[in-house]
Amino acid sequence: MPPEHLIPAHPDPATQALPYPLALGRAGLSGFPSPAQDYEGRTLDLNERLVKHPAATFFMTVTGDSMVSLGIHESDLLLVDRSIDPRPGHILVAMVDGEITVKRYELLGNQPHLCSGNPRYAPIPLGELDCQVWGVVRAVIHEYSV
Amino acid sequence: MSMIGLVDCNSFYVSCERVFQPRLNGQAVGVLSNNDGCLIARSNEIKALGIEMGTPAFDIQHLVGQGRIRLLSSNYELYGDMSQRVQAVLGEFSSGVEPYSIDEMFVRFDGFEPGQLLEHARQLHHKVRQYTGIPVCVGVAPTRTLAKLANRAAKKIPAYGGVCVLRAESAETRALLKRLELGKLWGVGRRLAERLAVLGFRTGWDLAQADPKRIRRQFSVTVERTVLELRGISCIEMNDFHEPRQRIMTSRSFGKLTENVDEIREAIRQHGQRGAEKLRSQGSLARAVLVFLKTNPFRDDLPQYSPSLAVELSRPTDDSREILDAAGNALQRIYRRGYRYQKGGVMLLDLIDCHRQQLSLLDTSQSDADRQRSQKLMATMDELNKRMGRGTITLGTPSPGAAWHLRCDNLTQRYSTRWEELPAARAR
Repeated sequence: MPPEHLIPAHPDPATQALPYPLALGRAGLSGFPSPAQDYEGRTLDLNERLVKHPAATFFMTVTGDSMVSLGIHESDLLLVDRSIDPRPGHILVAMVDGEITVKRYELLGNQPHLCSGNPRYAPIPLGELDCQVWGVVRAVIHEYSV
Repeated sequence: MSMIGLVDCNSFYVSCERVFQPRLNGQAVGVLSNNDGCLIARSNEIKALGIEMGTPAFDIQHLVGQGRIRLLSSNYELYGDMSQRVQAVLGEFSSGVEPYSIDEMFVRFDGFEPGQLLEHARQLHHKVRQYTGIPVCVGVAPTRTLAKLANRAAKKIPAYGGVCVLRAESAETRALLKRLELGKLWGVGRRLAERLAVLGFRTGWDLAQADPKRIRRQFSVTVERTVLELRGISCIEMNDFHEPRQRIMTSRSFGKLTENVDEIREAIRQHGQRGAEKLRSQGSLARAVLVFLKTNPFRDDLPQYSPSLAVELSRPTDDSREILDAAGNALQRIYRRGYRYQKGGVMLLDLIDCHRQQLSLLDTSQSDADRQRSQKLMATMDELNKRMGRGTITLGTPSPGAAWHLRCDNLTQRYSTRWEELPAARAR
């Protein structure tokens, strides 16, 4: 059920702790972290940008090359948010035959399917036994060797 | 009206592993303790095989060989993180969360209409499962004692679908209390149940009908409170809600918001100390220690950080020093500057009866006398080895494949807390 159907316990839910709090920046030349930096005007925080729901956010690494045409490469980092309800077009992590796989959620002839970016792999009808959505991929991080 | 919910994670350790290893779903899975290779957590499937808690791994090793069961080493870092996530989700859908154990939390619901609350509790039940992958049972009632009863019903009676909301003195509460043997009621042990039975109190319902004043005279204030709680009058606080022999939790607000690490360390030390005392007084040993800190969730003008970490003890112990050591270590790893903490606490996890403990050289409870004996033994051994050549005397070296070696074979990844141990998603 979408979150808007929920009754908020308090109007503005408090922000959650981030699963990977970043180390504090350093202040001035003294080399000591300044606690004040955490309160205001701190530098851009990727967690803040990408992790919308810390309790439901997990990271995974990619193995295999079937999603390259969709921009997901071997050993990329997937940011998976389980709080999102999957919609067609989303990249998903799904359990297929007891294995964690990354797929694209598509409607084929109005039936939900999990597709890969490679025609070698046939679309899998969602809802089939042993095929369950695990979470929605919110972002892919591709690091270059520098 | 304020209501209290008890949320209990189903087969928590196994469920944590199943989130990342879908193949374990439907399998008979057990989790082993660190050194002694005993079963400390079971899936329903392994329970159905009649395998008890505390069973030594070597007794059931043949079932692993036959592919009938799977045994995993305990992975407290994973369990601690998943527990934290469950708590965070509960915090979003309630007016407050109090952890009671690594896999049980009390939640408070304020200002709900009677009709709304069941639907809300179902939502919470669903959201915890969706967001974290952990299945839970939810029991909601006006008091902690009744919430425990509701939770039990949610777990045992399939028709509830994992969620049970009870009103005081409703027909439903009455029916459940009539079916509840007193010995199973929270706050009433076996011996007390026997004494109550003599006076004709056999079920929870019988006790709820008793005259509280008479009960107080004949038994104690504690039993009187239980009577009142059964009637829906809340009078037992979080810190009194303590079922011996299963877990020990000590926590308290710091009294003010503080970021002073010395103050926090001292508070954690005291909690650990008190926990260890409780442990010894009930004759238990703990296998793991969990430390948590909380900022004030209602101060949304301040940055929020509510970490927790579970660390495994090198052996089951009731020694304050070992427990404080572990707690101090955990605190050091989770404490971060720049946050104003409101509360902290220590949980002692996976308790076992110290008399039932199987003694081995690798896994003993060490009293001071034991420790001295052990030190003497080590000194003697070193002396003999020095005089007669290295390797003359060695401690019983475990052969490969012995129970305590299972750990290396069955250790799962710390999927949610280590970059180098993330789960792999296959693109194929």
